[in-house]
Amino acid sequence: MAVPDVEVTRPAPAGSRRPRRRTGRIPVALLVPAVLGLVLLVLPVAGLLLRTPWTTLPQRLAEPAVLTALRLSVQSATLATLLCLVLGVPLSWLLARVEFPGRRIVRALVTVPLVLPPVVGGVALLLVFGRRGLVGSWLDSTFGVTLPFTTAGVVLAEAFVAMPFLVIAVEGALRGADVRYEEAAATLGASRWTTFTHVTLPLVAPGIAAGTVLCWARALGEFGATITFAGNFPGRTQTMPLAVYLALETDLEAAIVLSLVLLTVSVVILASLRDRWVSGP
Amino acid sequence: MRVRRVRTTLTVFTALAVFAGLVGCGTGDSTGGPAPGGGGATVTGPLTVFAAASLTETFTQLGKDFEAANPGVEVTFSFAGSSALATQINQGAPADVFASAAPATMQTVTDAGHGDGTPTTFVRNQLVIAVPKGNPAGVTGLADLTKPETKVALCATQVPCGAAAEKALDSAGVKLTPVTLEQDVRAALSKVRLGEVDAALVYRTDARAATTDVDGVEFPESAGAVNDYPIVVLRDAPNRAAARAFVDHVLSDSGRGVLTAAGFQVP
Repeated sequence: MAVPDVEVTRPAPAGSRRPRRRTGRIPVALLVPAVLGLVLLVLPVAGLLLRTPWTTLPQRLAEPAVLTALRLSVQSATLATLLCLVLGVPLSWLLARVEFPGRRIVRALVTVPLVLPPVVGGVALLLVFGRRGLVGSWLDSTFGVTLPFTTAGVVLAEAFVAMPFLVIAVEGALRGADVRYEEAAATLGASRWTTFTHVTLPLVAPGIAAGTVLCWARALGEFGATITFAGNFPGRTQTMPLAVYLALETDLEAAIVLSLVLLTVSVVILASLRDRWVSGP
Repeated sequence: MRVRRVRTTLTVFTALAVFAGLVGCGTGDSTGGPAPGGGGATVTGPLTVFAAASLTETFTQLGKDFEAANPGVEVTFSFAGSSALATQINQGAPADVFASAAPATMQTVTDAGHGDGTPTTFVRNQLVIAVPKGNPAGVTGLADLTKPETKVALCATQVPCGAAAEKALDSAGVKLTPVTLEQDVRAALSKVRLGEVDAALVYRTDARAATTDVDGVEFPESAGAVNDYPIVVLRDAPNRAAARAFVDHVLSDSGRGVLTAAGFQVP
């Protein structure tokens, strides 16, 4: 993942240039696959741009359904990311700093949503949090709360799929961080909580930022678990990826426009966040 | 016999076709599967059939019968929402036969020049109200679905079952707010099977295929929203001879027998 990259990033002194250690020709064995990799990632996006109906773009963008889906997407992805931060950072700390039996198994379990097809994740969420589910039936009978087909359900589905990205990034940062600072704090009398808030968190802030960005991006693009668990209803659970999928059923151009909107918003937000938090120069 | 969902493969194929177009290597047609099967009177070789999701059980059976009658043929199905299949065909997917759940969807394929001849309507399908087994809420008609405590799933209006549902509700003068607009009829049905909704409007054949979990409640207004299913051999079919033979098999008496047993009506 992107974690080691974050780890080696040191804040360069203002105004100074990076020392040029790497000299000589770029090896072809690295350059060719690198360029092919870039092409593979960028070309489909270029295809999207080529097919965009630029002339009808303004009137299509002005449709209220587009803005509704976009607002819902950004809101639910942000809420899901906050939920992931509140739950995921402590979980990463537990995995990185506390020895307990079965830690390797727990670590593997945390990554399961990464390999699980999101639709399967959505079914699994229904079986637990659905109206007849293990937890869902209790929520329904005790509090009268049902999660499927609600915006809260969208947030839950997105958090389920996106949290592993945050946990892996933050745990990697924690494991790479120098524990001597924490030990020093402990010898000076700091409690484990104080050490966590005053030493550990600032130390791994770049890792948390990188994980947050990954988590938010994954939540924004989430489709399978959302449509399976939360269904599809405009204004309540229809996020942009769901709107794109349904537009594709009848109107390829509308689907392209919606994709373009999602792409633009995510690139703008990710680029500004990366510059601010993640990388230095 | 291979029955698989080839949507992912086709997405990759579409991406590759776009790639090929961009770098100037011509169209994606040349990558269309193995070599055509001979072209003589005998029917052999692979045959790819794109069929609406609601045809999953019946066409799987028809494919087995067809393979039994033509030992040299291997039939592969791609079952998905009709509109998704039509999009894939119009983007150059290498299919031989397309069976759609709606004439409008079929028309997007024939309008783009991908049909070989005129599509034939081979069955009709009607909506029913799918309710959990035993009908715990006592649903008897569309009006029962408007109660505020009743959660209803409909198909999105972009897919055929959603368009039919809208038509039926309009003609009945019933206004209801569903909790979800599902992407295809099987997704709507699975919400009933899981108990997440109290009712869904699905095709009679879908309710019958799920008879262990679901009861189908007939309602009179569905007669005003009957869905025709057209089938056509595709113009760029890699195996046209087998494609024609398969369509003949679907239209034959034994083929119609399989379809009517599943709850379809024949025109």
